[in-house]
Amino acid sequence: MQRYILSRLIQSFIMLVGVLFIVFFMLQLTGDPVALMVSRSASPEQIEELREELGFNRPVLVQFADFVGNAVKGDFGMSLRHNQPAMELILERMPATVELASIALLFAMVIGIPLGLLGGANPGSIWDMLARGAGLIGQTIPNFWLALILIMIFAVNLGWFPSFGRETYQFMGLALPTKSVILPAFALGLFTMGQLVRFTRSAVLEIKNEDFVRTAYSKGLADRRVYIKHILRNAAIPLISILGVQFGYLLSGSIYIETIFSWPGLGNLLAESIGNRDFALVQAIAFFTSLVVVSLNLTADIAYGMADPRIRYGE
Amino acid sequence: MTKILSVKNLVIKFYTFDGVVHALNNVSFDLEEGETLAIVGESGSGKSVSMLSLLHLLPMPPAKIENGEAYFYGNEEEPVDLLKLNRSGISKIRGGKIGFIFQDALSALNPVMTIGRQISESIIEHLGLSHAKAKEKTIELLKRVGIPGARQRYDNFPHQFSGGMRQRVMIAVSMACTPKIVIADEPTTALDVTVQAQIVDLTKELQKEFNIAVVWITHDLGVVAGMADRVLVMYAGSPVEIANAQDLYSNPQHPYTIGLMNALPNVKGDGDSRLASIDGIPPDLMDEPRHCQFAWRCPHAFDRCWEEIPQQVSVGENHVVSCFFDVENGRPKENV
Amino acid sequence: MGNEATIKSTGSRVDEEVERGIWPKLVYVWRLLYRDKAGMLGLAMFLIVAATAVFSPWLAPYDPLKQDLMVAKQPPAYSEKGDMSHVLGTDNLGRDMLSRIIYGSRVSLTVGFFGVLIAGSLGMIIGLISGYVGGRVDSFIMGGVNMILALPYLVFVVFIASILGRSLLNVILIFGFTNIPIFARITRGEVLRLRESGFVESALSIGATRTRILFSHILPNLLGPLITIATFEMSGMIFYEAGLGFLGLSVPPSTPSWGNMLATGRQYLTIYPWIATFPGLAIVFTGLGMNLFGDWLRDVLDPRLRRTKR
Repeated sequence: MQRYILSRLIQSFIMLVGVLFIVFFMLQLTGDPVALMVSRSASPEQIEELREELGFNRPVLVQFADFVGNAVKGDFGMSLRHNQPAMELILERMPATVELASIALLFAMVIGIPLGLLGGANPGSIWDMLARGAGLIGQTIPNFWLALILIMIFAVNLGWFPSFGRETYQFMGLALPTKSVILPAFALGLFTMGQLVRFTRSAVLEIKNEDFVRTAYSKGLADRRVYIKHILRNAAIPLISILGVQFGYLLSGSIYIETIFSWPGLGNLLAESIGNRDFALVQAIAFFTSLVVVSLNLTADIAYGMADPRIRYGE
Repeated sequence: MTKILSVKNLVIKFYTFDGVVHALNNVSFDLEEGETLAIVGESGSGKSVSMLSLLHLLPMPPAKIENGEAYFYGNEEEPVDLLKLNRSGISKIRGGKIGFIFQDALSALNPVMTIGRQISESIIEHLGLSHAKAKEKTIELLKRVGIPGARQRYDNFPHQFSGGMRQRVMIAVSMACTPKIVIADEPTTALDVTVQAQIVDLTKELQKEFNIAVVWITHDLGVVAGMADRVLVMYAGSPVEIANAQDLYSNPQHPYTIGLMNALPNVKGDGDSRLASIDGIPPDLMDEPRHCQFAWRCPHAFDRCWEEIPQQVSVGENHVVSCFFDVENGRPKENV
Repeated sequence: MGNEATIKSTGSRVDEEVERGIWPKLVYVWRLLYRDKAGMLGLAMFLIVAATAVFSPWLAPYDPLKQDLMVAKQPPAYSEKGDMSHVLGTDNLGRDMLSRIIYGSRVSLTVGFFGVLIAGSLGMIIGLISGYVGGRVDSFIMGGVNMILALPYLVFVVFIASILGRSLLNVILIFGFTNIPIFARITRGEVLRLRESGFVESALSIGATRTRILFSHILPNLLGPLITIATFEMSGMIFYEAGLGFLGLSVPPSTPSWGNMLATGRQYLTIYPWIATFPGLAIVFTGLGMNLFGDWLRDVLDPRLRRTKR
C-alpha cells in the first residue's frame, strides 16, 4: 500500500511539472505572447514597453525558469485587468465554484447511483428504461443549452428561481447555499448524473453474473442484502475513482454554467479573463484547476486502494 | 433409510439468442439422508444445471424449467416441491437446508468482504443469532474445517488464503447452518491432488458428523470411487445410469459408462497400457433430442436407438439404466 | 456450467461467419443493426444530419447570411405572430433560423469529421508504436497520454482556442490534436490484448512477418473499437465546438454555426427565446443519433460484449 501511494504521488508530481511546461509554452504558440495581450490599436512602442515590463524580452528559457520558480511559490504574476495577484483572485472565486460543483455532484449521486442500481437489477423493466434514458440524456444535452432552457422555464416564465447570481445564507460564519444554486447545479450535474447511471448500471449488470453473487444467493440471502452488501459494495470501489474524476470535471467544467448564471466562480473568472486577454490569469487558472484535478484523482486513487482489500493488503 | 430429495422428470431448456439449448432431458433420481450421490459427466452433460435449477440459481431467462418436480423432505412439516417455491420459500431452503460448495472458491467468494462476515451472514439469516454469537459460531466452524488461527483469520479477505484454505472456507460457508443436503459442484477441480484428498476427507468427516447428504458433481470417476455411495452418470443432458458405486464399477450396464470405465487408467498396469477413449464428440444440444443421445458414439447402436428415447429402467437393486441394449448378453433388450 | 460451452461455441460461430470477407461481413452487420431498433434510429438520425450538411444549398429556403431587418425577430410559424415564410422564425438581424441551422450542420460535421480523422490517424499510429515497440518507448508515450487525459480538458481547449483565434481550421486542429491521446490509448490497449491473445505468436511461429501480422491481423481487429470510439469522439467534438462557439471562441461570428447561434440566442433569451432553442435542439438531435448509433456499434463490434449480451 505504501508503495502504491508513493508511486501515485510521484506520478502526480511529474504531471504537475508537465502542466507548468504546457501552461507556459502555450503562450508561445503564436510566437509572440505580448501581441496576444494588447489591443489591436496598440502602437509598436506600446507593445515594446509592455514586453519589457513583463519580461518577455528575455530568452525563453530564462522566462521559463523564472515562471517555474515563481509558480512553486504560488506566484503567477499580476492580473493585468484587476491589478491584483492572479492567485489571490483565484482563491477569492474558489468557494463559489466548490459550492456549485459539490451540489451538482450530490444531485448526480443521489439520482444517478440508485437509478443505475435499479436499472441494472431489473433489466428491461421500467426502471431500466428510465436509467438508460437518463444516461442518454445526460450525454446528449449540452449543459450550456440546458442552462438557457432552464432559465427560460424556471426563472423567466415560472419565476421559481433567480436567473443569475449567487446568494448565500450566513450561518455561524459559514456561507450556506440558497436556492440560487439549484438551477446551475442541475444544469452542471446532469452530465455527471448520466455518467453515474451508466456506470452503476453496467457495473451491476456485470457483477450480477459473478460467481460470488451466486454464492450469496445460495446462502439464502434476500435480494436486498445481495444487492447492497455484495453487488453494490463491489461496484462502489471503482465508483470511487469515477467520483473523483467527475468532481474534477465539475470543478473545471463549470465555465459555461458560471458564465450563463453569472456565478462568481473560477469558470466565470476564466471566461472573463479570456475576454480581457488577461493571460497571466488564464495561465494561473489553468494551472490551478489542473492542480485541483490532479490532487482529486490522487485522493480518489488512494481511497480506491484503501477500499479494495486486494490493494490494501498488497498482492 | 429415508428419502431426503426426490427429483422426477426434470426438463430444462435455455432459450438463447441463437436457438434453444436442450440442457436437461427428463432426469429423475432420489437422494437418501446422509448418503453421498456422485453425479458424473463431461462438461455440458447437465450435471451442474440439474442441481442449480433445484435452488433457482440458474439465470432465468435464458433458462426455463419446462417440466418436473423436486420434492424435498427435510422440512419439519410437509415435503415441498422446490421448483414451485416462491422467492422467500426458496431463500429459507438455500443455505439453511441445502448448502452449496462451488468449484472455484476464489471467484465464488466476495473479494471485498471478510471471510468471517461471509460465513456469519448466513448464520444470522437462518439461525437468527446476534452478530456476536454468529461470530463465535463462525470461528468455531473455521476451526472445525481446519483453518489455523481461526480468530485472526475471521477478518481476512479471500485473496489472503491459499487455494486449499479457501475451499475449506467455502465448505464452512455451505455447512454453516448444518443443512440436510450439501451440493458440491466440482469442488476439487482447481486444486492440487494432495489438497484434493484433504478436501474430500474433510467433507466426508463433516458429512458423518452432521448427517448431511452430499451431492458431489464431478467429471472425475477416480474421485467418485473413494467416496460415493451411489453414482448418477449423465450424458448430453440425459441420465444414462444410476447405481451403487460398487455395482457401477464392477458391473456397468450402459455402453457410455463402460466406455468411461475403460478410459480410466489401470493401476495394475497389466497388458496393454494405452488408455481407451470414446470415439466421436457429444451431440449439439441445439438439436431437439429425438432418440438416444449416445447413439452417434455407441458401438452397440441399432435401429431402435435411432427412433426412440430410452426410458430409465431398473436392472437390479438400486440400478437404473437408460438403454435398449443388453450389454451382458450382447443383444437388444426384449422387455423394455 | 453446462450452458457455458454452448454459449462459447455460438460466439465462435459468429466470428467464423464474419471471417469470410467484406461483403458477408457488411450483410451481417446490417442484419444485426436491423434487429436493434435504437441503433437503426441512431443511424437514421445521423444520416439525416449528414444529408443536411451535404445538400444545404438545396435544402435551405434562404441565404443563411442574408440580413433582412424588416422581418427581424419574427417568431416561428407555430406562434401567432409567425408565419410560414420563416418556419423557425428569424434572428436579431432577420436571418432565417432554419437556413442557418441547416448550414450550421456543415460546421459541426466538418469539425467532427476532420477532427476525428486527425486524432484517429495520429492516435492510431502513436498507439501502434507504443503497443508494438513496448518497453521504455511505451512507458514514455503512455505517461504523456495519461497525463493529458487527466488534465481539465475544457479549460485547456478554451485556453488554446483563445490564443489561436477564431477560424475553422484552428478549431479542427485543436480538436484533432487534443484528442490524439484517447485514440492512442485505445489502440495500444487493443494491440496489447491482441498480442496477449496468442494468435500473434502462433502467426509468427508459422513464419509470418511482423508487417504481415500488422496488416492482416492487428489492423483489422483494431477497426471495430476505433470506429466505435470515433463515433463518440465525433459527437463529443460537435458538443465542444458548439461550446466554444457559445463562448465566442470557435468559427468567425459571421459563419452560421450552432454554437454562434446559441451565443446570439443567449443575449435575447428572455424576449426571443426561439433563437437559442432551435440550434440547441439541432445539437441534441445530432448527439442523440450518434450516441444511439455508437452504443449499438460498441455492442456489435466488441466481440467480448457480443458474447455476453442477451
